[in-house]
Amino acid sequence: MTLAAASHGFLTPSGVEIAFVLVGIVTFGAALITVTTRQLVHAALWLVVALGGIAVEYLLLTAEFIAWVQVLIYVGSVVVLLLFGLMLTKAPIGRSPDADSGNRRAALAVAVASAAALVWVVVDAFRATWITLGGAAQGSTEASGRTLFQYWVLPFEALSVLLLAALVGAIVLSRRNPEAPPAAPAPGAATARAPREEQR
Amino acid sequence: MHLAYPAVLAVLLFCTGLYGVLARRNAILMLMSVELMLNAVNLNLVAFDVWLRDTLHAGQALTLFTIAVAAAEIGIGLAIVLLVHRNRGTADIDRLRDLAETPGDADAAVPPQPQPDTKAEATA
Repeated sequence: MTLAAASHGFLTPSGVEIAFVLVGIVTFGAALITVTTRQLVHAALWLVVALGGIAVEYLLLTAEFIAWVQVLIYVGSVVVLLLFGLMLTKAPIGRSPDADSGNRRAALAVAVASAAALVWVVVDAFRATWITLGGAAQGSTEASGRTLFQYWVLPFEALSVLLLAALVGAIVLSRRNPEAPPAAPAPGAATARAPREEQR
Repeated sequence: MHLAYPAVLAVLLFCTGLYGVLARRNAILMLMSVELMLNAVNLNLVAFDVWLRDTLHAGQALTLFTIAVAAAEIGIGLAIVLLVHRNRGTADIDRLRDLAETPGDADAAVPPQPQPDTKAEATA
């Protein structure tokens, strides 16, 4: 441990460490703005910054394939889905005063307490642990594909079934009022549904 | 690179997401916070995979699986939120109180908005 500590100094950070810390600060700031801003669309756009920052951190950790998957899936599709969700639920444009619920102080206390406890534990546990980033990239597309299709084929296929189930589930959930029997609802329900149809 | 850097960043992102989940009122903002927490876990997985130099690359494979599961989760979650918004007219979590037990009105079984409730049953 002392040898490791002697070869890596706290006061002589490498360029990768400096870049990691800077990008990490940007990511953390964007995440903070995401959870505290009162403009709902801005929260989604700051989430893009946070997720992109995490993709850059993956690149700095030499996990190239996961970085590009992160950009494709999170930044490319999840945030777009969230923006569509905000639009379809008629999120207010501009500042909405009731973006936070009443238990904000309790949430802040819980988050700060858990952050303090976890940072203390993590720093204490990994005080003398270094990642050696030299050599070939750990997560190049070739290495990832090789391990994924050699050792992880069965989870991969199970995951495809899960994605299919999620697809079918989303379609079933979002289909509007499938083949409702016209006699089943009360007579007032049909007239009450009409303004809802046009408000959608 | 010191391992504490990615670990501490993951802890901070996770706790940011935790605050968002607990404090946000809109359901879609809560889903964004859940995404932040999932990303913190992914960052931990990648960092420990690179540190351990795993020959199976278990951490990176699990990260890919987590990303796919998160994509499925966000699809289903948004479908549920849209359904709730369609039936109730709101996506605010603390207004969905049909299952809440208030100590005062045990006999007040009538929900505060009976009209959207019948619509919910009609569309279900």
